[in-house]
Amino acid sequence: MVTDCDAVIVGSGPGGATAAHEFTRAGWNVVVLEKGRNHLLELEPPFGPLGHMSNDELKFTRRHVLGPDPLLEPRSYRRGVDDGERIHVGDVNNLPSTVGGGGVHADGKLPRFREEDFTLRSSRGPVEGADVVDWPITYADLEPYYAEAERLVGVAGEETNPFAAWRSGPYPMPPGADMFGATLSAPAAERLGLHPYRAPTGANSIPYDGRPACVNCGFCGYYGCPVEAKGDPVALLRAALRTGRCRIVPEAMVVGITRTPDGRTATGVRYLDLSAGPEAGDPPVREVRSGVVVLAGGAFETPRLLLRDDLGNTSDQVGRNLMVHFQTLTVGAFPFRVFGASRGRSVTHVHDDHIVGDAAQDAAARDAGLPWVRGGLVEHGGAAGPVQEALIYGPGAHHPEAMRDSSLRERLWVFTMQGEDLARPENRVDLDPTIRDAWGGPAGRMTWSPHRHELVASAHAGPILEAVLREAGAEWTVTSTSPPVGGDVSGHPMGLAPASRHVVGTARMGSSPEDSVVDPECRLWDCENVVVCDSSVFCTSTGYGPTLTLVALAARTARLLVGDPLSAAGPGSGHR
Amino acid sequence: MTESNQPPSPQLDAVERRTLVALFDTLLPAAPATDGAPPVPGAGTAGGDRYVEQLLGAFDHDPPRIWAGGPSSGRHGGEDGFGRFLELSGWEAVAWRTRIAGWAEAYRTGLAQLGEDFGDLDDGERATRLDRLDESFRELAFEHACEALYGDPVYGGNADSAGWAAIDFRGDTAPTGWTDDEVSHPYGEAGPPW
Repeated sequence: MVTDCDAVIVGSGPGGATAAHEFTRAGWNVVVLEKGRNHLLELEPPFGPLGHMSNDELKFTRRHVLGPDPLLEPRSYRRGVDDGERIHVGDVNNLPSTVGGGGVHADGKLPRFREEDFTLRSSRGPVEGADVVDWPITYADLEPYYAEAERLVGVAGEETNPFAAWRSGPYPMPPGADMFGATLSAPAAERLGLHPYRAPTGANSIPYDGRPACVNCGFCGYYGCPVEAKGDPVALLRAALRTGRCRIVPEAMVVGITRTPDGRTATGVRYLDLSAGPEAGDPPVREVRSGVVVLAGGAFETPRLLLRDDLGNTSDQVGRNLMVHFQTLTVGAFPFRVFGASRGRSVTHVHDDHIVGDAAQDAAARDAGLPWVRGGLVEHGGAAGPVQEALIYGPGAHHPEAMRDSSLRERLWVFTMQGEDLARPENRVDLDPTIRDAWGGPAGRMTWSPHRHELVASAHAGPILEAVLREAGAEWTVTSTSPPVGGDVSGHPMGLAPASRHVVGTARMGSSPEDSVVDPECRLWDCENVVVCDSSVFCTSTGYGPTLTLVALAARTARLLVGDPLSAAGPGSGHR
Repeated sequence: MTESNQPPSPQLDAVERRTLVALFDTLLPAAPATDGAPPVPGAGTAGGDRYVEQLLGAFDHDPPRIWAGGPSSGRHGGEDGFGRFLELSGWEAVAWRTRIAGWAEAYRTGLAQLGEDFGDLDDGERATRLDRLDESFRELAFEHACEALYGDPVYGGNADSAGWAAIDFRGDTAPTGWTDDEVSHPYGEAGPPW
């Protein structure tokens, strides 16, 4: 077969960037197709920053600079079939659609999963109404790739979390500066028996890999980094480009995977060349021929592509078991400024206690008729910028004093629990029957509602988190959730759809083609030279952010393909 | 297209601008200085009309004034890159032209509904007019008023950064940022004012 490259990679976010790095390091030639614009780095030597990232609230939070523009690429959402075809069209869990993908806007909290996260069915047992499974791989299988991911991205952290999984080596960098609010909330959490620690973060605390240390600018989560202190994914993409064996093509929207006549082998991809612009009429369709196809568009776009191309779905599992972290948002206002919205990273401390659980959490589960519940990582962090704050107060004479007082920004400290969402087949991504993107393709539709497990875990954690904030000195506290639940939720400021960008599980990994989409090496069961390198392969959502795990999985998948797997160090290698 | 350093062609006539300033000053009104805190300007008086003019006239410039450049403004070190607005792709331009066309029509209709004398009315009469306003326009105007007063001045509003000064917000800080000590110990050894 004549090919243009050894591997074509669909998507340039953390998963695609990792695959590009691993393939090119091994001598493969790759083409990375990214449907969004490039605001990240020069695509020709010396591959420097483009200088588009900045401390600009309007550009990043109000004007879609990182894409996608919901007028061009709408998504739809419904909670279940009782809602009809949809209840919302527009922005639904939109991760950036740009060179670098979701890594560009993330604030870079990069925790590993724990051993139990890979064996949840075996260790905790089934839950009625959910599809709790074990992963076909273990933490030990992934540990060397976690270590590689932390080294490649550059993760700053410390080994003080008593619940952490064992590690084969230390973090590449020490933690950065503690946010002031965390110097209040972390000791308060300890006084109430919790175990906060400095969050593993993919932002340089010292110069690392040719990039500078973070300058604590205060514009972190939802912003691109103007000094390149955040390593994910620019470090991986730049490393791939520097080999001379990687070509990144922005504004290239993949719409199909070409196959041999029997459909069992991919021969490349077809994409719309959006760089031609609307004046050219319908975008030109171009093709890249390749020996391997890597899907790395994320857990929403990857199933959308597979479904519109009718590939990989003999199990009827594509798009199913969508999981989105159920967020418990507990806020507390202090009698003085805590500077969470203006200084430092967005989050510097976290705690895992609600994942690990205790007797009280077990009792809450039993009282609700559940065998167990698990919460999620709690992030100790700041609020949003002044435009977002101004919007919350509503118009009127009260507004100027509310802004000066800033009880919802500079005096606010926020706990966000990224609650584990149990897999359910009816929670899914599919193709909206009528909504189309600007180029005529079917929009992706999310159908999702929480299981009772998520609600019980949230209801149990909320009062604990409020107590911590009061212990820290907050004058008042309140807890809400995203998505909102109960009563009239139509006017909820965060919208009806879940706000978490932690979207996983729509092309599940498994040991059998009967009930999974990819095999344990992330190859499509139906087309084995197509691999998935994003969070859609996750079997459980856990309570941790997905990025480091998807990077580790992508590194493992790519290294297995090039015949250079890493060997496991084992839990006795000197670190917990 | 005009050169980027030339003033845009007016999107609003003089009467509409006057009404818009009054509208924004009603939605986000001014407040006097108190206890050493600087005054809060009204969103209209602080450049709300220029913000809307620049937004509706974004495509009078090349590149369109939608996304300011980077990586720094020059206010805290580095060069002034914000004024070098970013190019839009052809498809992004389609989306933004569509969005702006809708807003332009909303402003024409909404400001006319408020009436030419809106700026001369007292607070009660303004409130009555606002209540009769189409809800979607009221929401749009409020969003733009917030963006105008508290967004970066490069977008036309927040004149002299007065909105930021009023709330003691430094705005962009890169590439200087904050020192580790300013992040972790903003109140020094004295600690926070409990």
